[in-house]
Amino acid sequence: MNAVRSDQLTVGDIVAEGEFTLSRDSLVRYAGASGDFNPIHYRDDVAVDVGLPGVLAHGMLTMGFAVQPVVDWIGDPGRIADYQVRFTRPVPVDAADGAHVRVVAKVGQIEDSACRIDLTVTFNDQTVLGKAQARVFLA
Amino acid sequence: MSVNPDIAGRTFAPVAPYLVGREKIREFSRAVFATHPINHDPEAARAAGYADVVAPPTFPVVVQEATLAQLLAEPDAGIDFTRVVHGDQRFTFTRPIVAGDELTATLTVASVKSLGGHSMVTAVSEIVDQAGAHVVTATSTLVVRGDE
Repeated sequence: MNAVRSDQLTVGDIVAEGEFTLSRDSLVRYAGASGDFNPIHYRDDVAVDVGLPGVLAHGMLTMGFAVQPVVDWIGDPGRIADYQVRFTRPVPVDAADGAHVRVVAKVGQIEDSACRIDLTVTFNDQTVLGKAQARVFLA
Repeated sequence: MSVNPDIAGRTFAPVAPYLVGREKIREFSRAVFATHPINHDPEAARAAGYADVVAPPTFPVVVQEATLAQLLAEPDAGIDFTRVVHGDQRFTFTRPIVAGDELTATLTVASVKSLGGHSMVTAVSEIVDQAGAHVVTATSTLVVRGDE
């Protein structure tokens, strides 16, 4: 396990990055695992009927994978003490090309034995989550 | 139909206990691209001091879901499901969820606010273990779009 200490960190440091490729398969898998079977996440006809450009990724799927680079950096999923996001922009997932979502995790604030990590999550160079912050327990 | 502001402060009955299975944690982990061994391998989890595999940080949504269903079904709440958009989400942990936990969730409506014809409903689900000890609080803000 990585034993990251607060005195090793500086506000603004990039501690982790990740790139995730979502396909329609990813959305079906998340629907099954989470129990969220809203058809806008797997049926284009339903999505278009309610005024969307097409099938969208579940916001909770994006929230779910966006924190994983932080988990891998700190080395233990049990060290995430608090995690919040605002859903600001949808992620359309093309049937053929999917969607590529990028995550950059930076140190936002440092405490004695914890830190706040701020996530920048982008699709097509636009952020899709606002105020995406994880509070992480350090060694 | 608009959201009834009087539901602010209302606490619902606890939902039926949710028994967290090891394979469910693995399934959910695969779905959110969580590849850490502590999410999948009981030996790795035990080596890190946990009783069994640890759920990813957003797993509590699976337990919270039944409480949100209660809220949406509340007859006098006036929440039209087809107009609901998920505004924001937060999980605040006392400890992580581990396979074998039996969790009970209880929802309270923290606030109902109006904003430009829309309603913002903030729902707080307190999730406790079989001993009644707090595990995680899941907070959702639902945006209910007004009539166009």
